[in-house]
Amino acid sequence: MSRLSSDDGPARTRINRAPSRLLAVTLPWLSILLGSLLPGWLLIASAPVLPPIGFLLFVAWRQLRPGLLPIWSGLPLGLFDDLYSGQPFGAAVLLWSIAAIVLELIEARVPWRNFLTDWLVAIGLMIAYIVLGLALANLAGASASLRIVVPQIVISVFSYPLVGRLVALMDRFRLTPFVVQR
Amino acid sequence: MAPPANRRSGFSRRAQYSTFFSYAAGVIGAVVGAGLIVVSIVSPEAFSGLRSAATDVTEPAGQITATGRSYGKETVAELAGFFTSGKEHARLERELAEAKTQLVEAKATKAENQRLKRLLALKQDEPDAVAFAHLTRSSSASTRRFATIDAGRSAGLAKGMPVRSATGLVGRVLKVGEFSALVLLITDTESLVPVRRARDGVPAFAQGNGDGTIRVRLINLGINPLKKGDVMVSSGSGGLYRPGTPMAIVTEILRDGAIARVLSNPSDTDFVMVEKVWAPEAPPPPDGPEAGSD
Repeated sequence: MSRLSSDDGPARTRINRAPSRLLAVTLPWLSILLGSLLPGWLLIASAPVLPPIGFLLFVAWRQLRPGLLPIWSGLPLGLFDDLYSGQPFGAAVLLWSIAAIVLELIEARVPWRNFLTDWLVAIGLMIAYIVLGLALANLAGASASLRIVVPQIVISVFSYPLVGRLVALMDRFRLTPFVVQR
Repeated sequence: MAPPANRRSGFSRRAQYSTFFSYAAGVIGAVVGAGLIVVSIVSPEAFSGLRSAATDVTEPAGQITATGRSYGKETVAELAGFFTSGKEHARLERELAEAKTQLVEAKATKAENQRLKRLLALKQDEPDAVAFAHLTRSSSASTRRFATIDAGRSAGLAKGMPVRSATGLVGRVLKVGEFSALVLLITDTESLVPVRRARDGVPAFAQGNGDGTIRVRLINLGINPLKKGDVMVSSGSGGLYRPGTPMAIVTEILRDGAIARVLSNPSDTDFVMVEKVWAPEAPPPPDGPEAGSD
């Protein structure tokens, strides 16, 4: 009976309504694309300080709903991120694809996870992503030291639960039934 | 949390194939990414057209967020000003009194300067602005330091033009789109600006550290003459940057140079000015064949 109560969310409370199919499919993709654009707009920074929000959203969506985004989704989403990130072109395509494969393997081996394990996996991925991104930028001629990404890593690690919350919120919105069924 | 749904393929040949192909597609994505990186390292200009077009597309949204950013800053400044207004007022009155006397002195100096310049027949070179623009977005999640401005080829911008704000040098134009341009900030590790100390002209190079500071490398080796608080301005040697543009203030002395803080913090900058590429005048040709011997 508790599933029928209003506390359990709007998904169960409305009769004769269904979630929008278009919204349910496109919202994860659109949110990640927007996340790729967002850090640039928020602030004109003179040091890498903002977390790679697109990547964080990508990992969070894949952790919350494994299989919703296909494994190859790193290719188109990473391509879009590369257009705006400022890293050498192709860095996000490579790293996001590898991250998707790693997440899929973890999901296959450890299907029972909790918040802490999800966070630890995400921390590992974020650190690897930022450090490898720096390495790729250095390969393309940046010659920056590892020291400059430390603040970004710390901020990313602590903002990940927030991003996960946001993704959970978006997931509820995605599955809210508001389209009238005939 | 429970596993969301059973996604094991089991004995279904169809499910096995689809799992295999999705993994294969993921690996292909990674391979494509590696290929793109190799191309962009070998020829860094390969994707600049694509990126410029992409920035052009998002430029209207960038302008809106730039306006939002400046409103946010103003709100914070107004709230802060509410608490400090009395103290600030007293300080400003005191400074105004000082400034009035200094203004008279400066006028005298200016007049004398003009007289001396007329004597030397020097041409007054005014900074010639190509365009004024907003800083609309930056690569704030990347290790590289790029920013985008909302003026492009249609406003007369070209590659290499220096970009400055009211307080100092910001960077130079790296790629030009139709309505937007990519700016390499002076804090980027690939940005190298010839500078000199404003006071006496000790020559040095200023290279970005990537973390908002600037590494000043002296050209003359020996005793390090730099002191904390020295202001470095661009020297204009080699062209590109107009000489005398304020750039950074020394905060920490090293053995062979210093660490400096940028004077025009891009996050506080609303408008920037794009200048023409500065080219030093060519030295006059030697008069006779004996000019080279002595």
